Amino acid sequence: MIDFINLYLVPGLTIGSVYALGAVGISMIFGILRFAHFAHGDLMTIGGYGVLTAVWFIPVHPLLLLPFGIALAIVSALAVDQFFYKPLRKLPTIYTVIASFGVALIFRSLAQLFWSSGNQVFISGVRMPVVLFDTFRISELHMQVIILTLIIAIALHFFLTRSKLGRAMRAVSDEPELAAVAGLDTERVIRWTWVIGASMAATAGVFAGMDTSMHPNLGWNLLLAMFAAAVLGGIGKPMGAIAGGLIIGIAEETATFTWLSDEPLISPSYKSAVAFFIMVALLLFRPQGLFKGRLL
Amino acid sequence: MEMTGLLFYLVSVLIAGGIYAVLCLALNVQWGMGGLFNAGIAGFFAVGAYASAIVTTAVSSKHLGGFGLPIPVGLLAAMIVAGVTGWVVAKICVRLKSDYLAMASVGIAEILRLVIVNESWLTNGSLGIAGVPRPFGDLVHGREADLLYLAVVWFCVLSVYILCQRLYLSPWGRTLRAIRDNEDSARAAGKDVDWFRLQTFVIGCAIMGLAGGLSAHYFKFLSPSATEPLLVTFLVWVMLMAGGSGNNRGAIVGALVIWFIWSATEIFTSRLPPEWVTRSSYIRMLLVGLLLQFVLQKFRSGLLPEKSPKIRSD
Repeated sequence: MIDFINLYLVPGLTIGSVYALGAVGISMIFGILRFAHFAHGDLMTIGGYGVLTAVWFIPVHPLLLLPFGIALAIVSALAVDQFFYKPLRKLPTIYTVIASFGVALIFRSLAQLFWSSGNQVFISGVRMPVVLFDTFRISELHMQVIILTLIIAIALHFFLTRSKLGRAMRAVSDEPELAAVAGLDTERVIRWTWVIGASMAATAGVFAGMDTSMHPNLGWNLLLAMFAAAVLGGIGKPMGAIAGGLIIGIAEETATFTWLSDEPLISPSYKSAVAFFIMVALLLFRPQGLFKGRLL
Repeated sequence: MEMTGLLFYLVSVLIAGGIYAVLCLALNVQWGMGGLFNAGIAGFFAVGAYASAIVTTAVSSKHLGGFGLPIPVGLLAAMIVAGVTGWVVAKICVRLKSDYLAMASVGIAEILRLVIVNESWLTNGSLGIAGVPRPFGDLVHGREADLLYLAVVWFCVLSVYILCQRLYLSPWGRTLRAIRDNEDSARAAGKDVDWFRLQTFVIGCAIMGLAGGLSAHYFKFLSPSATEPLLVTFLVWVMLMAGGSGNNRGAIVGALVIWFIWSATEIFTSRLPPEWVTRSSYIRMLLVGLLLQFVLQKFRSGLLPEKSPKIRSD
């Protein structure tokens, strides 16, 4: 049981936090701009490399340098939206999906060009896990990730429900025509969607890169699980996406636990298939997700 | 010497270009005619490659099969296995709306890759399958064999083109375009939308499998790391968008043009100093990514835009 918590549940919550932060952006972009953003994973990668570069120059803890990665991701996202997505906005959204598929490749080749295609670590050396009550062995990073994600989730909740901008965002997501008639500045809402989505993507990218290592495929490999999380939480429901991300993360990790026999329920090498099957099952049987998201 | 070298370089470019043309025609069936977004091209391509390799190689203890059957049987098996895989996928996913199908297709490619890497009894895992035969491999060797294979590949391109053109002009293709352009009115006219989509997806996947089989017999060796899956998928999309989606001739032209550009830049970059050679492939990828954006914004109908056939009144 202790093993289950230490080796499956906590890592599941950690990777779930990464999915959650990434899925918020995907869900908001899907809700407001109405397309599946295929470059979101690679936006995470860019944010991660932003912090990695900052660490080379300023030798402090990587999490303190998060603003650099966030800034880089925001600038990238806004530039890509301006030059590549905005000109296609009047067309069927599938064209924007194709464009974002191309942007994913652009981001990745830039990452390979500037930061090489190998694995790079933020902090070298082995760190001992923290032992709580003599039983729980949790790595420091995992605690930081889970706690920071909780704080971000709470802040996001208050932003969306209390601030004027947050409410405008929800309005555009729920009823775009009505919001436009009511005089909401849609382009401003879109800009802020990118700012928030990119900030969270960069944060998630740094978490993921610190948990394993930074490499150009980091974000793309997480994309499927983040799509699944966004669908699970309900498209256009940022708080749902957070819940969805945590659930997907825990499901992926605990699916490899020895539930029925001494063998893992699902071989660890097929772990990333779990998210896919959850997503497809949801799309077929409950496409609105857990929290009544939008239907396409 | 220089001239023959160039000639055979051209032959190798045309063989690969022909394989891409088959892939591009397949995507044109799915996306150009049916409006189905498939980001998992590389997955079905790999399934076809492995199917054909397993059926045609000599008996081996390292992976399933080694049935040593003739190559046409291998290519047929590639189409059947890829088509059946496509059928399973389509059975589940084809009801999904455009963006959701796109998301699901990424997952399908990933799962197919996982199966190929992990199930080593089937595919010999990351070590790959060696000794895949070439057609007429016993008769000719060396460069003449390449020339012969060029003919085989382009025979396949031609056959697939004729098939796709027949499909496009047939009542079946007309229904498909009606579904693509206005699903609701096609449904109102009594067309079984899901059934047509399923057929489209399966036909496209089978043709992708054929392309995979052709590449396996060309390279004679197969391993999961031989190709960058995302790059293959992406190149095929750029080819179809640039060539003109919905137009079979456009698909072939697009495949050739983009593949020529891709190969020509390789000649230039191979002359760069060694520390730049690895980086140059990333620059090429970047440029292809930018090219797609350009095509999408300014050049959406492609080199040979789709022309709906005239309505005959007889």
